[in-house]
Amino acid sequence: MTPSPGTPERPLRVAIIGAGPTGFYTADHLLRSAKVVEVDLFDRLPTPYGLVRLGVAPDHQKIKFVTNVFDKVAANPRFRFFGGVEFGKDLTLADLKACYHQVVYCTGAQTDRRMGIPGEDLSGSHPATEFVAWYNGHPDYRDCTFDLTQERVAVVGVGNVAVDVVRILCRTAEELATTDIADYALEALRQSRVKEVYLLGRRGPAQAAFTNPEVKELGELADADVTARADEVELDPLSRAAVERSQDRATQKKVEILKEYARRQPAGKSRRLTLRFMVSPVELIGDAAGSVTAIRLVRNELYATSTGALQPRATEHFENLPVGLVFRSVGYRGVPLPGVPFNESWGVILNDKGRVLDSDSKQPVVGEYAAGWIKRGPTGVIGTNKPDAAETVECMLEDLAAGAVLEPAHPQAAAAEALVRQRQPNFFSYADWQKLDAIETARGCAQNRPRVKFTRIEDMLAALGR
Amino acid sequence: MNIANILARKGSVAVTVRPEQTIREALALLDRHNIGALIAVEGDHPVGILSERDIVRQAARDEKFFVRVVGELMTRDVITGQPHDDLLSVAHTMTERRIRHLPVVDKGRLVGMVSIGDIVKAQRDHYQGEVDTLQTQLLADDRGRAR
Repeated sequence: MTPSPGTPERPLRVAIIGAGPTGFYTADHLLRSAKVVEVDLFDRLPTPYGLVRLGVAPDHQKIKFVTNVFDKVAANPRFRFFGGVEFGKDLTLADLKACYHQVVYCTGAQTDRRMGIPGEDLSGSHPATEFVAWYNGHPDYRDCTFDLTQERVAVVGVGNVAVDVVRILCRTAEELATTDIADYALEALRQSRVKEVYLLGRRGPAQAAFTNPEVKELGELADADVTARADEVELDPLSRAAVERSQDRATQKKVEILKEYARRQPAGKSRRLTLRFMVSPVELIGDAAGSVTAIRLVRNELYATSTGALQPRATEHFENLPVGLVFRSVGYRGVPLPGVPFNESWGVILNDKGRVLDSDSKQPVVGEYAAGWIKRGPTGVIGTNKPDAAETVECMLEDLAAGAVLEPAHPQAAAAEALVRQRQPNFFSYADWQKLDAIETARGCAQNRPRVKFTRIEDMLAALGR
Repeated sequence: MNIANILARKGSVAVTVRPEQTIREALALLDRHNIGALIAVEGDHPVGILSERDIVRQAARDEKFFVRVVGELMTRDVITGQPHDDLLSVAHTMTERRIRHLPVVDKGRLVGMVSIGDIVKAQRDHYQGEVDTLQTQLLADDRGRAR
């Protein structure tokens, strides 16, 4: 019998799918374990960091500092990065099973939830994530177009994606010019005629997911006045009781900030941002050409469920809000991976603490794991994925100790690399990324920006002389 | 965060028992799954909850309780949660009302169970994550390079 892997002679070989924060945290926990582990981190894009590069807003650079942590992980000699290699296309699960003892899926929540209302697919109605991916220079979204000649825009949802979108729409070109926003997006936003922006929340200010620093930032925009309706920021009796009961200072402060916005006199800035609460879209109304002209809203009231959670319920009061552009950000869900059991109810890989479960027997599938948003759903901040990844790695090490790992025919680092080279000769290594990173930062330095991003894969290859 | 995020990483639906099953059978289930409570169901519909507490209480009074049925011992007045209930409200209600297990129901159908341990773990991970994120930002210099 061969000794179990995890020794210098026979390292435990792990493939991680998805190079976002969770992929790096998973690699970190594995590389710090007492076992000898070799990690190959795959991403379908050439660049690492996932949503830190392509989701976090360009005017929130500090949040991106977490890449320092990821670079330290990548410096470990037992870590390799294979960018531009897609699971299910360039490499199948069977391929990975031939080279690795364990596979971890960290593919995040790649699709947005639909509002499920008539008119949702009219021209001018978009998922907020498409806009986010576009302004952040995601190669798959760089050629999207958004009609920024429209003066009135509604953003549905009050999570951080929705808040990012309204902020970017309200920023001046000068404010954006010092960020790492994609060049084409900066140009398009410079020409923007957007004047009125609405952020629409279905519940009240006390239930809004945005944080206090985020909401404060909206009050400090250079050329956009922020406002709210006094009747909507006033807490309903249920919310007031809940806030008092929990002594939640942060929520109390949030409500105070919003009340101050409701009292503010407009300072005559070029744009106006209105924060709306207790309204749900029921229909997008279009013109003969099939373009959005208005969003029909219903006023909600809150009721307490048996656990005391406050949920919205529609009333009989409707209003039409004229808008020419709508971005929806009402939730996210994972995308099933080829051959990997999926839990449709929660939009995640079917798992128990990170162990992938068989769809029928509900028993663990040997050698397959999940971590991050594809495991628990899209919630928490970047750092929340660290304890989440730790839980998955704990299961992986337990299973290793119990001998429940895959038995790959070619458990050598060289064999895995040879396979990648054969399937995707144009893959990007971490050294490649570091060269691109240096070019991006140098270009940025010249313009007093953190970086000027590559947004086309061909440009990245050309910059590497390929 | 809401309870759906806790259920998402718990794999299986809650362990259930029928009201007409015996306490002996219920104990075997608690032991086999290493859990503290069973949900009594009729079809997909939860009708009660049988916890360690219910069993201990009965054991102290009646040595022949093994052969009694779940329906006699279970708590019928069960507080249930919904997948979209937020963690803070649920934590508050479970703490205040001394509930250790919360069946989760979606459109009348049982979809899972969260324990107070699940809630504590989710809250701990949430705060740990926030602290970690803030530390990472604080520990970088103005240009974003690690200090």
